[in-house]
Amino acid sequence: MSLWLEKITNVPLFAQGLWRNTIMPQNSQTYNSTDQDDLVILRDVHKSYMMGTQEVHALAGVSLTFRKGSFWAIMGPSGSGKSTMLNLLGCMDRPTSGHYILEGYDVGMLDDDRLSELRLRALGFIFQSFNLIQQLTVQENIELPLYYLGWDAGKSARRARELAEMVGLEQRLTHRPSELSGGQQQRAAIARALANDPSVLLADEPTGNLDSATSVQILETLVDLNSKGKTIIMVTHEPDIAAYARSCLHLRDGIIDRVEGAA
Amino acid sequence: MRQWRITRNVSLGIKSLLLHKLRSFLTMLGMVCGVGSVISMLSVGEGASQEAMEQIRKLGSNNIILQSVKMAADENAGQAPMLTPFGLLYEDDERIRQTMPSVRRTVPAKHIPAEGRLGERAMELRVVGTTPEWFDLVSRKMLAGRLMSWRDYNGRAGVCVLTESGARKLLAGKKTIGQAVRIGSNSYEVIGIIQSEQGGGAIATPDRDTDAYIPLNVARERHGDRIERGSRSTMGPGNQIPRDLVELHQIIVEVNSAEDVEDTAAAIKTMLERFHKKADYRIDVPLALLRQAEATKRTFNIVLGSIAGIGLLVGGIGIMNIMLATVTERTREIGIRRAIGAKRRQIVGQFLIETVVLSSVGGLLGALLGPALAWGVETSFGMATVVTPWSIILSLGISVGVGIIFGIYPAIRAANLDPIEALRHE
Ligand SMILES: Nc1ncnc2c1ncn2[C@@H]1O[C@H](COP(=O)(O)OP(=O)(O)O)[C@@H](O)[C@H]1O
Ligand SMILES: [Mg+2]
Repeated sequence: MSLWLEKITNVPLFAQGLWRNTIMPQNSQTYNSTDQDDLVILRDVHKSYMMGTQEVHALAGVSLTFRKGSFWAIMGPSGSGKSTMLNLLGCMDRPTSGHYILEGYDVGMLDDDRLSELRLRALGFIFQSFNLIQQLTVQENIELPLYYLGWDAGKSARRARELAEMVGLEQRLTHRPSELSGGQQQRAAIARALANDPSVLLADEPTGNLDSATSVQILETLVDLNSKGKTIIMVTHEPDIAAYARSCLHLRDGIIDRVEGAA
Repeated sequence: MRQWRITRNVSLGIKSLLLHKLRSFLTMLGMVCGVGSVISMLSVGEGASQEAMEQIRKLGSNNIILQSVKMAADENAGQAPMLTPFGLLYEDDERIRQTMPSVRRTVPAKHIPAEGRLGERAMELRVVGTTPEWFDLVSRKMLAGRLMSWRDYNGRAGVCVLTESGARKLLAGKKTIGQAVRIGSNSYEVIGIIQSEQGGGAIATPDRDTDAYIPLNVARERHGDRIERGSRSTMGPGNQIPRDLVELHQIIVEVNSAEDVEDTAAAIKTMLERFHKKADYRIDVPLALLRQAEATKRTFNIVLGSIAGIGLLVGGIGIMNIMLATVTERTREIGIRRAIGAKRRQIVGQFLIETVVLSSVGGLLGALLGPALAWGVETSFGMATVVTPWSIILSLGISVGVGIIFGIYPAIRAANLDPIEALRHE
């Protein structure tokens, strides 16, 4: 298990500044964090939805900094804004107000294409329901981010094999997701999320659909990844699972209730 | 690199379509029929026009053909007179040639039914008394010997040019060129053999398979202007043979340029009306056939083209319908792709490629079906059809276009799905 993270990080992916200059607009506002290790910065982030005529404040002013190499659990009762926060962190949505700074960019200012670009280059997602594409094989699923990154077939096939080996699925590359167990599917999803060597790995209840033994395997995988330097933010409502993280953020009614073990 | 990506995207599109083979095939069916009918219908129009072109080639596009016509009224006027004068006159020929600047030349012809004989062999011939220029206007392949010359004409030589089929019947197994044959009560030397292209259509060709061409002045001298009507078996009352008094049966007028053909024909008509009390002549303009064929073809193309167009439209709507259903069915996949980082335009591209693959594969199958349909029309209705390469290229182009036009809406709908919502979709 110790070898595989090197394999991931060794792949000479986009030297950060390089793709930033080519892909991102030169004039878009950048934030130079005082600390190089401040990877994700939330400053007074609000997110509200209109429910009919009523405004629902899913996030009502959240300020927090996630440092490089940290492993966060986001906890809170149902409706407290966990998913909303993860969607924002995942650049799937923009804050209504406030600033979310990722990789030096204010995400609220970016258009849809640039959000996609950011998701493609800097983020990896793990979902509760795995979200593998059923029609594609395990290998094709793992290669999906590389396809959008424009890698050629041979190179991305090699990379997919490495990642599958890493999560112990090298024998399952040609299988469809439906032929795998839940744990295997989630491992395939982890391999896919790591394909682009993301700076942040986002997980939304990653063990929600798994039995406890398999859940432990998955969580240990995440812990191992974090110990090799990967930044992970995981939403969960179970304290047992949150215990695997090194820091824990408690949300209540869209605001931070308390923070435990911040690095 | 770019090309490689397109190839890969197309192969991914095909793969995704192959997941639902029956559905994809049924979706394509509309395009197959649409394109097939476009191609076959264009082939019918093209066939008609090429047939007309071929006819005009036989008749000569710069020619105007005047024929003597016996009026039905004369025939039905109780007791038919034993001598019926009618038709084109030597004077008409002179006048047309000399007073009309747009006329390059005229070729008068006199038709005399006569029996050709060589030894035991005999056949009914149509003796055509004409000038050597006949062979310039009615240009046919020469098979043996030579054509009638001005030297023959001016020397009033008893020579004849036979057609291939006439020569075969009359001269079978004998020496051909230089052979003396009897036509009527006179002897003629065979100087040449040409091919004939007897043909019907709206205007009959000037030549027939049974023609024997002799100098016009010889024909006048030996046969006169009184022509026995029909054969001896159709004798009139009192054992008298009914006769027509006809100077010329036909005048082929060659006009300098195609643009002048119709004006000249009108001028000839005016002139003939002035000198003929009765309309005992007919004016045929081969070029008018072409115009007619073109007009027919245009109408045909428009009417049938719109029917086929409706077919394509229906095919396109079918594709759009299925693609919209597919987008709904694959909402979650779209959400996953968007979460991973696919841009909107990449989603558009993905779905558009699928519709274009569907419609163009349908188009390709239609391009196979089209010629088959054309063949079916040809064999079962006897209509000439010609499948042109451009009609296939056109309909393939249209089918790609249909794929794009009817694919764009479902594709944009897919791309505009909210990724968060799409991921929640069951
Ligand atoms: N798309 C949306 N439209 C309207 N309201 C929403 C939407 N998403 C979330 N909300 C509301 O925002 C609040 C926070 O929701 P969510 O972030 O899903 O909470 P959690 O994931 O912690 O259960 C809830 O009150 C929810 O009803
Ligand atoms: Mg939630």
